[in-house]
Amino acid sequence: MVDLLSPTFLTAVLAAGIVAGIPLLFASLGETLAEQAGVLNVGLEGMMISGAFVAFVTALAVGDYWIGLLAGGIAGAVVSLVMVVFCIRLGLDQIVVGIALVLTAEGATSVLHDIWYSRSYPRLPNVEPFRIPLLSEIPVLGGSLFSQPLVVYVALAGVAFAAWAIRRTRWGLELRAAGERPDSLDAAGVSVVRTRTVAELMCGFLAGVGGGYLALVGAGTFVPFVTHGAGFIAIVIAMLARGRPWWCVLGGLLFGISLSITTALQVAGIAIPVDFVEMLPFISVLVVLVLFVRESRLPSALGLPYLRGSR
Amino acid sequence: MTGSNDRIGSSTVGVSTPAVELSGITKAFPGVIANDRISLRALRGEVLCLLGENGAGKSTLMSILSGLYQPDAGSIRIDGREVRIGSPRDGRELGIGMVYQHLSLIPTLTVLENLMLGSNPGIVLDEVRARARLGDLAARLGVHVDADVRVGALSLGQQQHVEIIKALWKDSTVLILDEPTSMLTPQGIEELQKVLLGLKASGLAIIFITHKLHEAIAIGDRVVALRQGRVVGELGPEVLRTGTPHEIQGRIVEVMFGEDPTRGPQIAELREDLAAERSDARTRLEGSPEILRLDGVSAPGARGQHGIEGATFVVREGEVLGVAGVDGNGQRALAEAIAGQRRSSVGTIHLGGEEVTNLSVGARQRLGLRYVTDDRLHEGVVGRYAVGLNFVLKRIGDEPFWRKGTIDRKAIETTARSLITEFDVRTPSPATPIGKLSGGNIQKALLARELSFDPRVVVFHKPTHGLDVKTIAAVRDRIRALAARGVGVIVISTDLDELIDLSDRVAVLFAGRIVGVVENGPQAATRIGELLVGGEAAA
Amino acid sequence: MSEAAGRTAVNPRRADGLIGRIGLALGPILLAFLTTAVLLAILGRDPVAFYRDILLAGVLRPSGLQDSITRMAPVLLVGAGLIVSFRASLWNLGADGQYLLAVAFVAGVGSRVIGDLPPVLGWVVLAVAAMLIAGAWTFVPALLKARYGLNEIVTTLMMSFIGIAIANVLIKGPLKGDEMVPQTFVYPEGTMLWDLPGTTIHVGVVAALVVVVLVHLVLTRTSLGTRLDVLGANPRAAVHMGIDVPRLIVVAFFLSGALIGLAAASDIMGIFGYVRADWDPGYGLKVVPLVFLAGLNVIAFIPIAAFFGVLSIGGDYATRKADLPSDFILVFIGLLFLFMIVTQYVSARRARGEPVLPAWFRRTLPARDATEGDGG
Repeated sequence: MVDLLSPTFLTAVLAAGIVAGIPLLFASLGETLAEQAGVLNVGLEGMMISGAFVAFVTALAVGDYWIGLLAGGIAGAVVSLVMVVFCIRLGLDQIVVGIALVLTAEGATSVLHDIWYSRSYPRLPNVEPFRIPLLSEIPVLGGSLFSQPLVVYVALAGVAFAAWAIRRTRWGLELRAAGERPDSLDAAGVSVVRTRTVAELMCGFLAGVGGGYLALVGAGTFVPFVTHGAGFIAIVIAMLARGRPWWCVLGGLLFGISLSITTALQVAGIAIPVDFVEMLPFISVLVVLVLFVRESRLPSALGLPYLRGSR
Repeated sequence: MTGSNDRIGSSTVGVSTPAVELSGITKAFPGVIANDRISLRALRGEVLCLLGENGAGKSTLMSILSGLYQPDAGSIRIDGREVRIGSPRDGRELGIGMVYQHLSLIPTLTVLENLMLGSNPGIVLDEVRARARLGDLAARLGVHVDADVRVGALSLGQQQHVEIIKALWKDSTVLILDEPTSMLTPQGIEELQKVLLGLKASGLAIIFITHKLHEAIAIGDRVVALRQGRVVGELGPEVLRTGTPHEIQGRIVEVMFGEDPTRGPQIAELREDLAAERSDARTRLEGSPEILRLDGVSAPGARGQHGIEGATFVVREGEVLGVAGVDGNGQRALAEAIAGQRRSSVGTIHLGGEEVTNLSVGARQRLGLRYVTDDRLHEGVVGRYAVGLNFVLKRIGDEPFWRKGTIDRKAIETTARSLITEFDVRTPSPATPIGKLSGGNIQKALLARELSFDPRVVVFHKPTHGLDVKTIAAVRDRIRALAARGVGVIVISTDLDELIDLSDRVAVLFAGRIVGVVENGPQAATRIGELLVGGEAAA
Repeated sequence: MSEAAGRTAVNPRRADGLIGRIGLALGPILLAFLTTAVLLAILGRDPVAFYRDILLAGVLRPSGLQDSITRMAPVLLVGAGLIVSFRASLWNLGADGQYLLAVAFVAGVGSRVIGDLPPVLGWVVLAVAAMLIAGAWTFVPALLKARYGLNEIVTTLMMSFIGIAIANVLIKGPLKGDEMVPQTFVYPEGTMLWDLPGTTIHVGVVAALVVVVLVHLVLTRTSLGTRLDVLGANPRAAVHMGIDVPRLIVVAFFLSGALIGLAAASDIMGIFGYVRADWDPGYGLKVVPLVFLAGLNVIAFIPIAAFFGVLSIGGDYATRKADLPSDFILVFIGLLFLFMIVTQYVSARRARGEPVLPAWFRRTLPARDATEGDGG
């Protein structure tokens, strides 16, 4: 029996938690941007799984995981174009289109995976962690927080940038206005459609990168339905984050650690059914949602199409 | 009098070029021509009042001028140069500043953020520059504005100052104010007048939109009257500066309703018989039993609006109690607490001596408590349902419209037909989806539902908001008749004129508290205004 | 005349006339078939052969036709369950969890006790238990929605994933049978639902048809149906009309879950007789587009459920033969959904007399008013 409080164990839990949480961080950050602009992306799961698949295919072909992640992001953005055209431009129901996206993306990736890889099941090599000098020597934290693939630090930098941009740039201000009072934004001479389009494409890109990370770094391969509801959890995290990107980090970590703890306990010889492991993130997210239910205020115009002159 | 476009074109308005000149502006929406060949001009240093009822096309015209809509025909000249205003941004670049009817500020953002929205030149927000500009403009208006407060926390008057500052942000030459006074108190209007006087002196052309005669006379240097999308007349300073206000009003009515003399007298402001009616009512109310009593009722607010705190008052049978206040000061919470749609956290409500505090909405309805909501389209009716079904939506499952839980369409239709006749609802048939009717007819249908089946207390929330003159008169007559029958009536309104017109007493609501109750009579409006301004001090 | 018009207003999703309705449903189906054919061609499969196989295995072979009809039962019941909640604008997207929990019970517990119960009564007891279990699984999202207005899309989905995991834990643990593989006991010989004489279609299919007709009557004729529609039109209007909205939300969710649970009972007692761990037909999201295709009308959904039955049975065979995974059907349904949204958008615009294409799109075309600003 492994000592559950040993530094090695804690390091492993934290490190695995970060690995599992990063896709959520990317996706919920994207969803935060879209929700701030007034778009509810039920199709986030579809963007993630498309990103995961394309990132995997690309990384396998090119042999470089950065290019793979980039390709995944682009795939996510392409899927989000459907939302842009149908929901933002035509003003159709965001929930209905979102469900359609999830179905199509899950089906398409599963089919393509089956056609191309169902006989070979290729895997990608492990991604080398980037050890931050000195900091990576700190016990527990050093081996987990400061010995991660470089993209993790890029993600955190992205969060910091988004947090600043939402508060301090013209773009962030217009984003918040588009979600709160689109008619006011329009009256101020800024295009609501363009603002929401940009936010939605960024959301798609980030969700795609998150999915790509899930496949490339987390799993090292692609299997059908690999995102397994992560997109929906990311929506909940974004709801709780209420436009504060740092809360996405917290949410992602909560999710990641609730996964890694159970995995680690299994490794430690404590038998936990795998189904229980799969269920824990959903339970923890649900519990947090219930605890903070009063806190979750969403932008006033979330989910509502904006059509000028529909008086 | 109509077809007076030529007269406008040829009138001598001075040698200076008009700041704005519209000619032959036409705009049609599906089924309605909102603007029909409208021509007018606004001069620098002058307030042009655009007067007309709701639906006369004022707001559409100004939306065209500000770039929100494109005209189907006609041309616009700014300072003599013909321009095309393709978007609100174009409009602002051309020096057109617009203050909208419904405030366009975003309550969750700060004053500074609201001002920077759409006007910040670079990518990063330049707060230093914006702060300086705000200081300049506030000084020009002679007001003080805190830059870092969230707009939702400002009073309506302060919000309006921010709106005007926003409109002037890009060195505007034209300032358009779309019904800016509909929610202001007499004192607030006075302050606005002062601000406008200063702006006029600085050489701005101001276009002031209103549907109230007395405002047009008090504020405008010239008045252009619109009706059904057309210019029906224009009165210059020479007319507006001679004669008593009453004579001027008479002249404007003549201009506006020249072809249809029966319509003018329906304007409540001109009805002298009302004051007499009111004093009759007061004698009748002596000793009338109380029908509704609120004791210390508090209820939470929603969506950043005030709730109510410790509301205590009595309504007598046959009495009309007005509730005055600026929008968002707890009106909705009060109405919904009485109707039961919002649970009161403390306090008690009695209906005719019986406590109803813990009764559901449905139970209160059955006891004769009715609520005519201000949100007709989204709360009051289900737009895609037939008119007939909407009549019985508050009685779902009740006999005779549902028999053993199963709908009886015949019974609903029979009742619908008689209510349609009685309340003069203009609908093709009882089966027409109610959302297809005009706002006025929807309101009549709401009255039909709420005022039938023995009401004892009726709460009206902005009963005439957005209606045309004729329906306003019809609705107000209904309310008077209702009170005359001995029903207790509460009228919640942001329109002071309406409250003065209808009420026996007016309670003033400020920041969720009732800060005073004023007996209606001479000086009531001023007294209400004082309570609203000094709300907190009086509380 | 006015009678018909009145009903139109009660159920406004109904398009004008039967022809229009059928067109609205058939158009997207045809478009989805065409696009799928193109995809098949790209993947190097013969589209004609593929569709011929679907028709062959789903309709033309007697056994296939019977299988297709049998497959209607769960689809009808899940669809009716979704329609009950969707009409009230409550997004019960957790059907999979509700279905599988009921499946675990009916297969795991049912297979052990059915032998000790009198034939018909046993089925009824198990079906009612399945309805209660699936209905109860909606309580958490329903109460959160009723009490705090918490978005039910995410909560039903969360509860669905949790429900699926619990069902698997149960099947692998307490409800596991004797076999090495993780699966429940199998229903003893003669305890399954009877087949209709001379067919392999079990009586559950008939029961499902009766139930959905009953659901239709409840939705269109009773005060409960009107209340659900008012809630669906606008929750604020529902409060204003004096409807007990929190209670109605819980009731609507429970009914929705109960119908989905009945689908589980019908599947296990009528077709499978046991369940294996990790089995999940994934009806939840697949049926969502179909009920919209039916305009949330239960009767209109019957032919669409039949269509899905054929597609599903024939599709299994056709995909296997074309060496494609069965998830290929998801692509078809996703496309069907998207085309349906577009078709309804276009027909709504035409009904309002507006140009079919939106202004921003027309402007991108070379047209005489191309000078107009981009406005968007």
